[in-house]
This record gives sequence, C-alpha cells and structure tokens, in this order.
Amino acid sequence: MTDETAVLSPSAVGPERPAAEGGGRGRPGQVWRSRRYRWDLRWSPYAFVAPFFLFFAAFGLFPLLYTGWAALHQVELTNPDGMTWVGLRNFTRLWDDAFFWNALRNTVTIGLLSTVPQLAIALGLAHLLNYRLRGSAFFRVAVLTPYATSVAAATLVFVLLFGRDHGMVNWALSAVGFEAVDWQNGTFASQLAVSTIVIWRWTGYNALIYLAAMQAVPGELYESAALDGASRFQQFLHVTVPSLRPTIFFTCVVSTIGATQLFGEPLLFNGGAGATGGSDHQFQTLGLYLYEQGWVNLHLGRASAIAWAMFLILLVIAGAARLLRGRKDSR
Amino acid sequence: MRSLRAGRFTYVVLALFTAGSLFPLVWTAIAASRSNTRLAQTPPPFWFGGNLGRNLHVAWTDANMGTALLNTVIVAGTVAAGTVFFSTLAGFAFAKLRFRGSRPLLALVIGTMLIPPQLSVVPLYMLIAELSWTDRLQAVILPTLVGAFGVFFMRQYLVHALPMELVEAARTDGASSLRVLWHVVFPAARPAMAVLGMLTFVMAWNDFFWPVVALTQNGSPTVQVALTGLGRGYVPDQSVIMAGALLGTLPLLLVFLVFGRQIVGGIMQGAVKG
Repeated sequence: MTDETAVLSPSAVGPERPAAEGGGRGRPGQVWRSRRYRWDLRWSPYAFVAPFFLFFAAFGLFPLLYTGWAALHQVELTNPDGMTWVGLRNFTRLWDDAFFWNALRNTVTIGLLSTVPQLAIALGLAHLLNYRLRGSAFFRVAVLTPYATSVAAATLVFVLLFGRDHGMVNWALSAVGFEAVDWQNGTFASQLAVSTIVIWRWTGYNALIYLAAMQAVPGELYESAALDGASRFQQFLHVTVPSLRPTIFFTCVVSTIGATQLFGEPLLFNGGAGATGGSDHQFQTLGLYLYEQGWVNLHLGRASAIAWAMFLILLVIAGAARLLRGRKDSR
Repeated sequence: MRSLRAGRFTYVVLALFTAGSLFPLVWTAIAASRSNTRLAQTPPPFWFGGNLGRNLHVAWTDANMGTALLNTVIVAGTVAAGTVFFSTLAGFAFAKLRFRGSRPLLALVIGTMLIPPQLSVVPLYMLIAELSWTDRLQAVILPTLVGAFGVFFMRQYLVHALPMELVEAARTDGASSLRVLWHVVFPAARPAMAVLGMLTFVMAWNDFFWPVVALTQNGSPTVQVALTGLGRGYVPDQSVIMAGALLGTLPLLLVFLVFGRQIVGGIMQGAVKG
C-alpha cells in the first residue's frame, strides 16, 4: 500500500473504486461520468433481466397464486367478479366426480400409449440417423416436419384418416383382411388413435434429441465393444442405451408433462361434439375436462380445482422420478 | 471412428419413416384438392384432384382463414421478436455479468418452466376479461412474450460464444452497457438469436390451448382457433376443412423448407446443453 492510496481511500467513495479510473478528483463532468459508469455497471444487469420477471409476475406468478384462491370459491364464467367462498367444496366434489376419475384414467392410458412407443421409436430412429448417411440432412428435416404441424391441423387430418366408413386406415385394414374399426367410439381404439397423433407429431423431435446425445458418446466405447465381438445390435443395447440414460430420463419427464396436459388432440378428435372427449367421455383427458368445466359449463372455480389437482399429480410424478433416479442429480 | 456407413436396410427403414412423417401432410393436400363427395367414397383418393382452388377459396372466405393467417403472423412474429430480444438481454446478464442474486434468479427462471400452463389459465382469463382483452390479439401476445426456455437457451449460447475479453475491452473504452449490448453482444449472439427466433415462431404459430380459450371465432382468431371452428363443423365440407388445415400448415412448411437445417441444429444444440 503506497502513500497515495492511503490518502485516497478514506475519502468516503468506498473501497471498491477502481484505481484505473482515478478521476474522482478531476473536473465535475468527469466525476459525474465515472459515477454514471459505476451506476450503469451495477444496475444494468437488473435492467436486463427485469423484463422476464415483470412479465412472469404479471402473467405467471399472479395467475398461479390466484388459481389456488379461485379454487376455494364458486365463480361463474359469466360473472368472474362474483366470487362466493366455498372452502374445499370444489375439491371434495372432484373426489366424488366420476368424470374426473375417468379423465384421470384416460390421461394415464393415453399418456402411456403415446409416450412409450414414441420414445422407443425415437431411440431406434436416432440410431439409424447416427450412421454415416447420404442425405442425412434431408432425413433429419423430413422426420422433424410433423413438429411444424399444429395440433389442430394434424388432428383434423387424422380424423379423416381414422374415419369409420371411408377412412384410409380402415381401408388399409380391410385390404389385408381385418375388420374395420370404429376409431372414434371404441374406448381402446379411440385412445390409440389419439395417441397416434401425438406419436406422429413428436417422434422426430425426440429422435433429434437422442441423436444429439448419441453424437456425444465417445467412439472408443464402440471400438472396444466391437473388439469384444459385440454385434451392432449388442453395441446399441450395451453402449448406446446406457450412455443415453440421462437424456432418456429427460425426455421421459418432458413427455410425461406433455401427456398430462393433452388437450388439442382429444378436443378436435371429437369432431363437432364439444369438449366431452367422445360420446362416452372415452378419450376425455384432464386438460379437456378442465376446459369443459370452465368454458362449457362455466364453473371457473371447479376448473381451478382441476388445475391444482393436475399440478399435484405432476408433483407426485416428479417426486417419484427423483426417487427413481436416486441422488446422482448433478447435471 | 464411430460413424459406420449405413447399409441398405438403414436406407429402407429411414425411407419408410420419412414416408410416414410426410404422408399425412401430402394427404392433406390431396384431400384439399378433392370434393366432399369423393372423400366419402372407398377407396380414399391417392392422387390430386381439381378442386384445390375452389376449396381454398371457400376456406379463405367462409372460414376467415385470410384474417386468421394475418393475425397469426402478427402474433407469432411479435412473440418471436419479443422473446429473442428479452431473452438475449437476460441471457447476456446471466452469462457474463456479475450481480448480486444472479444465481437464485437464474434458478427461478428455470423453475418457471415446471409450471403447467393449465395452472394459470383461469385467472389469466379473468385478467384479460377484466382488461376487456378477450378477442384481442394482445391477450395472446403478452402472456407469451417472454419465456424461460429462451433465456436459458441464450445464456447457454453466450457463455461459450461471447469471449469475456470482448466485453472487457469495450468497457475499458468506456462503453456503457447499452453500447456493449449493441456492438458486442448482439453481433455475437446473432446465430443463436436466429435459431431461437425460428423455434419461437413455430411454437407461437402452433400454440393452441390459450388462444382457444382467449379468442373466439368471431373476433380475431388465430389460425389454430379458426381450424378449431372448422373442426366443429361450422363448415361441414371435409375437403374445405383440409384446405383450411393446408393453409394453416403451409407457411410453417415453407419456413422448414428454407431453414430446416438450422432448426434441426438448434433443437440438437438445445438438447445437448439443456
């Protein structure tokens, strides 16, 4: 510490002052400029992140908390301001509500029917895309195109393809000697059809995510496996899949979250018949039931209770996933 | 090295996958070019007919697809631009600037990704009803104008792509934060901004749940809302419905045709780093 700094430091400016500037003693303009500079350094990071948090507070956090509040009231869509306190009645009604349990059951089965094949196919597809290919860019873009299609457009096409009397799927089935299936009415058949739409839209997307992870697997692992005489399929099973475990876990979580929110496919697969999810509610999901309660039957309070129930279910799934994965959680 | 050359089998299977991926889209166009009576016959048509112009015209006028397309361009464009801009600001701050509380704030950003949209849809609807925004485009734009994914994506990119020396050099020259942002950060972030912009545009274009809740058919629908109306049978003609679906999908398919490789790269990049 030299004499000079010893003289400077008690001058109430604070210890952080960079020595390089040194202009504190200069003309007033310079003082002001360096002060503005420090002020800028200190506060601009907050200004840069502020928009995100402002928007989140207004359109994310506030609604999130308010949903919990609305779930404890009777609120009608026609008069959102007239809230009557009902305590936990919205929740106890859900507990006794056969349609709620039906929707929950459907959400689980459609979720399994769509997620499991989707991820399995995506894994195999990614394996193929990982070979040295001619036209690999073409194949990648081609399998991703369904991702560019909206739920609405995709579902409308599949409604036609799955048509009972003149649909292409039934035509193909009868061509190979099977009987036509009533895709919109059978419980399993309709759930399978709805799942097909999900699988079609998201398989390519997941395949690309797997492909990215596969390309990060070190080549030596395959070389030593090949030296040990492992076939390509054995290499896939014993090298690729274990290396991809974190990515597979990640896609499982994301797909599960997506599956619990399924809404557009079951809404539009029903044709003109509203939000019931089929004549017998056979493919009504929780998301669709929420919409039906809130915007068809106009019970916003009950819709809020369904939203919270969905959230709790997600939390349970997340907790289970965490347990499954153990404590190795540092990514 | 790893990359084994693909055998004939691989090409056959990939060709089948490609066919499966593209077939529903091609068939949308085929159905849109036919008549309703032809669609109600067995076997279904496999090749294009002569009714495309008529069906597109009916969809355009009766189902309001023209207005809907314009609205969707406005919504998706604004949301993409806003997301890219705000995400770059926040991503830069989280990647390169030191400030108190940055770590918990970043954790908070990532945490918001876990909140399901259904959880806020009721109060959000009450909010926009209070503001008399139902049927107005801002009801769809404002709630989605920023997103945690974008912030995270830009942060991950800038951590590596923006050398700290560049920022410090600009600082030593006395550049203010805004100047650093304009002259250093934006040029360095441009490739990631382009990819994020496209991904956000696709997502905003296809967004379904909230627009269906917030916009009705008669006001200012987006394409997705208009398609919902078609599916509910306001226009009973199947070939017209397919023409509408085609109109709603075609713009994004064009984006894919031109920028497909970048979008693929962006998704793969996000996958490795996310």
